[in-house]
Parts: sequence; structure tokens; C-alpha cells
Amino acid sequence: MDVKREDIIHLAELSDFSLSEAEIETLGKDLKNIINYISQLDKLDTDNIQPTYQVFEMENIWRDDTVKEQDASREQLLALTKNEKDYQIKVPKVL
Amino acid sequence: MKIANKTVSAERLVRDALEKAKYFADYHIFTYLNEAVAIEKAREIDRKIANGEKVGRLAGVPYALKDNFLSPEGQTTASAHILEGFVSPITATAVQKLEEEGAIMIGRTNLDAFAHGSSTENSYFGPTLNAFDKERVAGGSSGGSAVAVALDIVEFATGTDTGGSIRQPASFNGIYGFKPTYGCISRYGVVAMASSTDCVGFFTKSPDDMDILMSITSGQDEKDMTTLPNYYDKGSEQNIKKIGIIKDFDNDVVNDEIREALKKKCDLLSSKGYEITEIEMPTLKYALAVYYIIVPAEVASNLSRYDGIRYGFRSDKSTSLEELYTNTRSEGFMPENKRRIMIGNFVLSSGFYDAYFLKAAKARTLIVEEYNKAFSQVDYILTPVSPNPAFKLGEKINDPIAMYLEDMMSVSLNLAGVPGLAIPAGTTKAGLPIGLQLVGPKCSDKKLIEFAKELI
Repeated sequence: MDVKREDIIHLAELSDFSLSEAEIETLGKDLKNIINYISQLDKLDTDNIQPTYQVFEMENIWRDDTVKEQDASREQLLALTKNEKDYQIKVPKVL
Repeated sequence: MKIANKTVSAERLVRDALEKAKYFADYHIFTYLNEAVAIEKAREIDRKIANGEKVGRLAGVPYALKDNFLSPEGQTTASAHILEGFVSPITATAVQKLEEEGAIMIGRTNLDAFAHGSSTENSYFGPTLNAFDKERVAGGSSGGSAVAVALDIVEFATGTDTGGSIRQPASFNGIYGFKPTYGCISRYGVVAMASSTDCVGFFTKSPDDMDILMSITSGQDEKDMTTLPNYYDKGSEQNIKKIGIIKDFDNDVVNDEIREALKKKCDLLSSKGYEITEIEMPTLKYALAVYYIIVPAEVASNLSRYDGIRYGFRSDKSTSLEELYTNTRSEGFMPENKRRIMIGNFVLSSGFYDAYFLKAAKARTLIVEEYNKAFSQVDYILTPVSPNPAFKLGEKINDPIAMYLEDMMSVSLNLAGVPGLAIPAGTTKAGLPIGLQLVGPKCSDKKLIEFAKELI
């Protein structure tokens, strides 16, 4: 299938990337080749076949509804962020 | 493997490993050396041994940790810029189990960023070099771990295998590499790539070492709801008669010397009384296309968490929240990460979901059924790991499809969830290692590792 410049820009937006012109060019070419490669599945007959999303073969593993001690404390987790104040993570203006 | 005791101290083992790691610095194997902590831990084990206290099954054994396993020792970067500076407060279950038995992590190893790749060239820190030829790739994504074991720096190394990331670098460097049955070892505390195919496994120099590590780390974990109930050590009697070879892989896509190596191992098995049976698995030729739809879809989902807000790298150029996300992700991911995330969002987007993602999920069913059928005909399957031995650095890095094709024989195991052990099978005339993989039905892990001794 044809992959247009606007398709690449749309996929970049869905992925939260801002791409340079050079990246739009090279990623566009790569993505087109990859999409053409994976499109070969068209040739495989999958009529009346159920999809497989996981190979674990187990369902609904229940746990008791109790609060357990966590491996990391709130302080440890907040220490990982670049900008923290009063137990909050600071980010640039939202609105 | 060498374990610390009254005659060999843990400190000696750990210092030797650290010395070797530094000696081979130009191979770019490690992203972090755990020197001070490793020596301190070794001394503690030596104190216990001197006092006659009980020590673990891996007392003082130095090992290398793929840098996508979380632990507070060093940053966990997954060789990606976006995780730079991230020191985990939590420890992966697999790491915890190894440490409880006295194993000592001497360093974190290089990988393709977020394990996306087949050569370790996609690392933010630069490529790891092949143990046998410094102009060639280590394989990937667990390239650093494979070379750390191949150069005898450590006794074993951890890896993750989503589509061949343990088996292929093991085969490129002439060592054993095991991808267990899906769900055998807990993935708690391992950086997620594709949740339905990710497996934790190991690199070792012998099947026996692999067995010890599997016995220690396998088992159900309440922190990972996709771990299977304990089964690894519950092996039954070995009653292996038929080994299958896949007819569909016997063609000129596969390097002649690798096909010759497979034939030699088949002759060896025949001479020991095993029956070699040719089987047909025609759907496997679609496995790579299925893989490069399902895995990018899961990658796009799993990697959406990296936004620069809570941990790791944050771009400082942003004036709004939206810009913070896009700048952080644009600067923090490698080109291959971007390709996979964008392909994932493509196959999941409305309008393409049915034609790509749903189609691949249905094709996956056919692949699972094909393995079920194969294991009704034979006990194990023996195939090459990859179509070629280690390729030259830079040879495939600008051609994603050429790079992906190196995974054509390894990815189907992950889609089906079956275990595979890469075993050394000699070298090419040019001296490059050749690897084959022994594939078994689900939960045959222990017997499969045991059977590998028949191929030595």
C-alpha cells in the first residue's frame, strides 16, 4: 500500500513524536517497506480461524482483596522524578 | 560453574571477573560495573564460608545482568536515553532469586535499546562487538550478555527473549542460550517489550549450568500473574525417540555451512539411535510478518508509559505539557524504537486493525496449531537459530527488513510460547560460531536442557 507523508505525520502524532524533515523522509521509507513486508499475510487464508492474543492458557487469576505492602514507598517513587514539590510532580503549564 | 568454597574465595572470583570486564572494555559489553557492591557482597559470602554458615547454590558466582532487569544496583537504562538516570527502588523477582542463592552481579550489559533489534547496534551507548570477530555484531538484543559469557568474563548472564534475543546472540557467540516456555520465569521487574511473547532466560557455557539457573529462577510469582504454576523440576523420565527437522527451512535462504552443521548434528543423533524425521511447517514462513505486527502493537502500548514525567530522562526544552511529552519521546527513543512504536500504532489504528492486527492474531493461531501438530509427530525439533552467522557491523543497520529477516527462524517459538535452547554447533570455515536450536513442546524445559547433552 502507499504510505503518504501525511500518514507518517499522523502516526507520529499518535505516537507523541515530533519528527524532523529528515526523519519524516527516512522513517517514511522504512515504514513503507515494513508495511509492504507485513502485508504478505494477505496471502494466508485465515477464514473461520479464531485469533490468539496470548499463549498463557489461564484465565482470571484472583487474589485476596487486601492491601499489601508495596516494594517501593511514595518517597522512593517521587525521588525518581526530575521535579517534585510537596509530594507532587511538577510539569509545565497544562492550560 | 566455579562456586566459592574453602579453597576459592568469592572475592577472588568476583575480582577476576571485574578484571576481565575491564580488560575487554573495547567490546562495549557493560553499561555499568558494579565493582564496590560486588566486592562487598563477595566478602560477606567469604565470611559465611569461613564461619561454616550455609551459603546458596550460586555462592560467589559472578554474573552479568542484561540492563533491562530492575535492581537498585546501578541505573536500569535498557540502553535507552529515555531511561538514563533511572535507579530502580525495586528488584526483579529473577534477580532476587539469583541473589538469594549467592550470585553476585558484577555488571549490567548492553542491549539494543528496549531490546528492539538483532545486533545490539540500536543501543544508545553504541554496539557490542562479537566475541569471535570484532568487526562483526554480537547479535541481539542481549548482545552484551552473550559476549560477557563467551569471553569467559562471567559464569552466566541473564537475558530476555521476545523473538530470539537470547538464542541468536548465543549462537553468534558460540554458547548456550535458553528461552523457556512462556510464563516459566517471572517477568516482574523486567522492562516490558511485548507482553505476550517476552521471556526471561540465560546464557551459559553448559546445559548443566542452565538447569541450575532454571531450577532457581522458575516458578509462580504473585507479582507476575502470567507465571505458570511451578513445573520446572517436576520432570518425568526421558523417553525421546524422534527428532524433527523442518523441511521448509532447508533451502538456500539458509547459509550452506549452517545447513551442513545441522546435518552433522542429525547424523550424531542418528548414530545414537534417534530417528530423524522431516516435518512440514508451511505457516512458519509467515511467522516473521505475524511477529512484526503483534510485537510492534504491544511495543507501542508498553512504551507509551515513557513520557518524561515520573522517571528517567526529561527534555528541558518544553514550555507546555504536550511539548514535554513529544520532545522527551522524540529525543529519548532510538530510530528503531520509533519505527516499532509507529508500526504498532499503524496496525492498531482504526481502518487497519482488521487487516493487520486481527489478521496476525488469527495467523498466530495457525502457528500455534502447527507446533501442536509437529509435536504430535516428533518429540523435539532441531533447526538453525538464524539463517546466517554473525554479520558485519553496519551491514544491516540501515535496512530494517534485512535486519528483521535475521529473526525469521527464532520468532515463531515466542508466538507459540514453546521453549527453545540455542546450542553451539561448531564454526564456519571463517571461524564464526554456528548455533542450532532445540525446540520442545510447552513445559518440556528441563528435559530439553537435559537432552542437549546428547548433542555435544
